[in-house]
Amino acid sequence: MSEKLITEEKRVFMTGNEVVAWAAVAAGAEIMYGYPITPQNEIMHYWTRLAPKYNRKFLQTEDELSAGFTTVGGVMAGRKAFTATAGPGNTLMQEPMSMAEAMRLPTVTIVQQRGGPSTATVIYSQQEVTMTTFGGNGEGLRIVYSTANHQELFDYTIKAFNVAWKYRFPTFVLGDGYQAKMRESLTVYDPEQKGIEFVPAEPYVGKPGTPGVDREPGHYRNTYNVEEELYEVLQGYFKDYAKMAEEVAEYQAFDTEDADVVVLSHGVVSRGAKEAVEQLRKEGKKVGYFRPITLRPLPEKELKELAGKAKKFLIVESAQGQFAKLIKDVIYGASVEIVPFFKPGVGITTDEIVGKVNEIL
Amino acid sequence: MTVQPAMPKCWRPETKPHKFCPGCGHGLVLKALGEAIDELGIQDRVVFGCDIGCSLLAWDFFNVDSIQTHHGRTTPVMTGVKRANPDLICIAYMGDGGGYAIGSQHLVNAAARNEKITVILALNTVYAMTGGQMAPTTMPDQKAETAPYGRNVEETGYPTQGPEMVAAITREGAYVARGTTANLKQLKSYIKKALQNQMEGRGFSFVEALSACPTNWRTNAEKTWNFVQKEMPKYFKVGEKKVPGAEEKEGQ
Repeated sequence: MSEKLITEEKRVFMTGNEVVAWAAVAAGAEIMYGYPITPQNEIMHYWTRLAPKYNRKFLQTEDELSAGFTTVGGVMAGRKAFTATAGPGNTLMQEPMSMAEAMRLPTVTIVQQRGGPSTATVIYSQQEVTMTTFGGNGEGLRIVYSTANHQELFDYTIKAFNVAWKYRFPTFVLGDGYQAKMRESLTVYDPEQKGIEFVPAEPYVGKPGTPGVDREPGHYRNTYNVEEELYEVLQGYFKDYAKMAEEVAEYQAFDTEDADVVVLSHGVVSRGAKEAVEQLRKEGKKVGYFRPITLRPLPEKELKELAGKAKKFLIVESAQGQFAKLIKDVIYGASVEIVPFFKPGVGITTDEIVGKVNEIL
Repeated sequence: MTVQPAMPKCWRPETKPHKFCPGCGHGLVLKALGEAIDELGIQDRVVFGCDIGCSLLAWDFFNVDSIQTHHGRTTPVMTGVKRANPDLICIAYMGDGGGYAIGSQHLVNAAARNEKITVILALNTVYAMTGGQMAPTTMPDQKAETAPYGRNVEETGYPTQGPEMVAAITREGAYVARGTTANLKQLKSYIKKALQNQMEGRGFSFVEALSACPTNWRTNAEKTWNFVQKEMPKYFKVGEKKVPGAEEKEGQ
């Protein structure tokens, strides 16, 4: 039995769900709590095959509420714990993740988006953006990475554990059914060999010593008696969030300098957008590409700057404007014209984006 | 000079007097629990989880690590802690609304999986924190804010028999009992056995405690005590419902 799943860098050909399970093992995740829902099931399937070989644990719970709350318990016990869900499961997951926000718990949740609202399709969408970024009865105190391909699923699942434990905000990797089920080539590696340092997990409960004798007890709550008390706690959280945002926000952009139209997209749709922009540039058209990798927090400075330069933003997404709403909120007041290209619950091809850009250029 | 009865050692003196209403049963249940923790010498290993409802007022009650969770979700949080670190002694503390209504799926499944945690449930027949609505355990014809003419069993069914249900769905290794704040010595012994069951890794343990809510019952001391001591046990029978090893003994 090898101590490590990945001892040297290698090329592999896998489904996205398998990639996530491998990444979680490589990231040092110690326990997964999960409940079946398509299209994330195979994350659990691969995890349960790998886990006993690498001394990791798994619990199949009674529903997503329980999967989320056991994950909360797992991190409070000081373990790198995670869960995975989709669609209606993600809806239920918002309750425990709201507790994680309130108590600054470094949970990691993988979301493989499916169609919505309700049961809809088990296939694909980008309709869980609003819920994953701002779900729960709170203020969106969380980190959300939107991945575009299997390499990113691997890289950002590993990163999610580190970022969650460093900043203590619940962290999400937002994939989708296409990424979950599709098979694709990527390079897997041992993060430590790459110089990635693991942020250690720390227990909230069960530290050494007797509480009240050797140390103060850990008393963790998410309820407050008076308005001012809650207000003060939240002000501290917002301050931490803003500081974290500067260090965590990520994006990709090219050809935006002189662009009349900038195509904005995220996740798997950005693959089509990238190809479309490259193609249009070859034809000499002034088109640029911008893709936030973090949907929470967004790269606000860069988006604002871009909105002051470009004539039009073409916002492309497999939802009816959930991503666009996030962007519009950031760039409020800018002169740029927003052109929507929304296909809720449906994939978007390069040709469609090229066609749309040509229409509005 | 007045002599104060000794507090359990694991109580946190800085947070006393506690936050519960005068006459509330929670203080008594938590006294029995505190003494059990002291006698077992597990203060350094206990993680105490409390639910939403009046039980949340216990979030800083003990000098033990404590987590206040959401309504009904204390069972999965404690399950998560225990699965991640089996050396800890995990206690999920809740009321009857949390355990038998909003969190019933968690209670049932934790019991069915034989989670090595201890659930302690204070039963006072009402949703107390929210103002005295009908609970799954409201007695037939008992008045509550959402049953102002008394609980009509034709429309709303009969009170949930929690320990009987848990005993029915657990297998060998589980410990299940119903105690009462009217008999603290017995309640403490049940809680102690439940914790020992977890410490020995035998399986799920569950203790329901009959408890009082004079605030929402709108009862004076005499009527409160009468309800706990005489009325509630007519429907909720006190005693051990499942004891590890008992079934084997019966066969001998």
